[in-house]
Amino acid sequence: MTSKEIILGSIRRNRPAPGELPCLNESWTKFVDPRKKFIEVLESVGGKAIVARDQNDLAKQIESLPQIADAQTVASLVSGFGSRNIDVAAMDSPHGLSHVDVAILPGEFGVAENAAVWVTDRQVPLRVLYFLCQHLTLVIPAASIVDHMHAAYDRLIAHDRFGHDTATSRHFGVFIAGPSKTADIEQSLVIGAHGPRSLTVCLVEQC
Amino acid sequence: MTTNTTDHPTAAARFIANSDRMHWHDKAIWAARTRRDNASRSVPEWETLRELASRIKQHTMSRLDEYLEQFEANATRLGAQVHWARDAAEHNAIVAGILQQRGAKHVVKSKSMLTEECGLNPHLEQLGIEITDTDLGEWIVQLRHEHPSHIVTPAIHIMKEEVGQLFHEQLGTAAGATDPQYLVEAARKHLREKFLAAEVGITGVNFAVAETGGFVVCTNEGNADLGVSLPKVHIACMGIEKLIPRLTDLGVFLRLLARSATGQPITTYSSHFHGPRPGGELHIVLVDNRRSELLGSSDFQRTLKCIRCGACFNTCPVYRRSGGHSYGVTVGGPIGSIINAAREPKLHKSLPFASSLCGSCSDVCPVKIDLHQQLFVSRRHLASLGLVPKGKRFGITLAAAVFSRPRLYRLVGRLTRFGLRVLPRSLVYNRWNIWGRQRDLPPAPKYSFHELNRQRQRKDDAYK
Repeated sequence: MTSKEIILGSIRRNRPAPGELPCLNESWTKFVDPRKKFIEVLESVGGKAIVARDQNDLAKQIESLPQIADAQTVASLVSGFGSRNIDVAAMDSPHGLSHVDVAILPGEFGVAENAAVWVTDRQVPLRVLYFLCQHLTLVIPAASIVDHMHAAYDRLIAHDRFGHDTATSRHFGVFIAGPSKTADIEQSLVIGAHGPRSLTVCLVEQC
Repeated sequence: MTTNTTDHPTAAARFIANSDRMHWHDKAIWAARTRRDNASRSVPEWETLRELASRIKQHTMSRLDEYLEQFEANATRLGAQVHWARDAAEHNAIVAGILQQRGAKHVVKSKSMLTEECGLNPHLEQLGIEITDTDLGEWIVQLRHEHPSHIVTPAIHIMKEEVGQLFHEQLGTAAGATDPQYLVEAARKHLREKFLAAEVGITGVNFAVAETGGFVVCTNEGNADLGVSLPKVHIACMGIEKLIPRLTDLGVFLRLLARSATGQPITTYSSHFHGPRPGGELHIVLVDNRRSELLGSSDFQRTLKCIRCGACFNTCPVYRRSGGHSYGVTVGGPIGSIINAAREPKLHKSLPFASSLCGSCSDVCPVKIDLHQQLFVSRRHLASLGLVPKGKRFGITLAAAVFSRPRLYRLVGRLTRFGLRVLPRSLVYNRWNIWGRQRDLPPAPKYSFHELNRQRQRKDDAYK
């Protein structure tokens, strides 16, 4: 017998009494102004929000971020904003991205209750960029913010059948909420553990 | 497995010998409990979420074999390789096999209590493979050749001065530096090199989704993602109880996990892996290690609902004041006391007694495990196996004899109240009075409740 057969056999012998799988259609708390809630929570977890009217305004505001001014290397996969000293599209190894100071990357949508932004490797083939850069800037449509995680998963499944369709589901996706952090030394919060030292989320009103 | 034969009271006595440290530890952990309270109160539907989470897990357990097969089929369809391990030894052999086949010498690992439980690190080190724990807390305990004392904050028992000294000796940071910001920066620089040099990344799994064949890993530091986005090979190790049926179930669990653990609305990174990345390899190791046995125990099967948030640790008055190492197991605290005593009663017979049965653990558990009830049942289980120490057994037998005889009870009560008033302290707090070592009895009242009640009744009768 293989280990699989032994484990499954043991589970079958020991199965507890059946219980029904609950339906999740509850009346979950919504926010009067999800965008305001998103920004509020984002700031509370150490992130920073920018609201831009359109692409031009976005470019102007990103240009004036302090981390951009200091950056040697900027990797951008957002249209209307170019990379600096690096050609991300030509990069075929994640290790080549170890010197990126600022990454400006597209996100798909935001979640108001916890300031999480959903990003995937569909638009960013070398996913390490989200984690390896010193400062991360994510750009999402301002109208894309959903209230809570239940709405987030509904959107993931309805919008692109994430996880449910072989063609599109073989992808990596991550909710990012704030900059990387740790409280492992005496529970004192330090921003910038292994990942980005800062997170700026740009909410664009007219994409 | 990190087991030792020292019992909890003996190990805890060493911890509490340093009163300042005990109070410091108590306070640090209590801060996490306070943050959890604030976070849970900010969600009006908190109780609904707990109830749903509990029922989803209950349902999953009742069909675990079917969901595991569904998960395997879907994960395989996405291009992952699924391995099955009956026990710790098989788990370690599978991981070592994958590493050796690829000639890997440098491995980075994010936090995984399962690999701790299986003793993966010493196994790989014996084979000449360098394995680096990349969660900052876990890396600190690894550098100190210790084990995590808490499942969420592994280095919570270590003071910043000690971390400063450790980093000074091993990383060359400035002598006497204790600023966490500075120390984290040093660790960041050092571990970046490890991430970039690793050939394989190992992670644990927080939730695996049967209907999609994907899984989710939650971290705050970003170490899991760096560890599996640079090397080409990703090995994910998970206990079979990590399964949930649907992608939408994640909405419930991700709302509960971080709020219960640290009081954050969600962890910084909640990464969803569905198949290997282009040109990469993904291995998923499903580990039983006696979990399926626990499934068949009507007394203790509910412990398999646990999502390892650590809330029951943070709230437990015994954990906070005795430290994680006094449990002598990978997962300690209230949940670990039940699991370990159920799995290996002889070895861990003292753990279910490391509780005041106050019930706070059950109140904070995000999946509504009736922890304090199970701790109680666990004691009864140990008694039926004859594993309760003689002194305790004698005391309980004596108490039962007195409590079941009302006249004797009243007589003993009267004698005790009298004795406590007149006997010298040295006689009451003698070496046999274990209970009184750290505690004083309250002053003995003159009359018992029974006597007071009788007096009142007499008075009432007189008024009639």
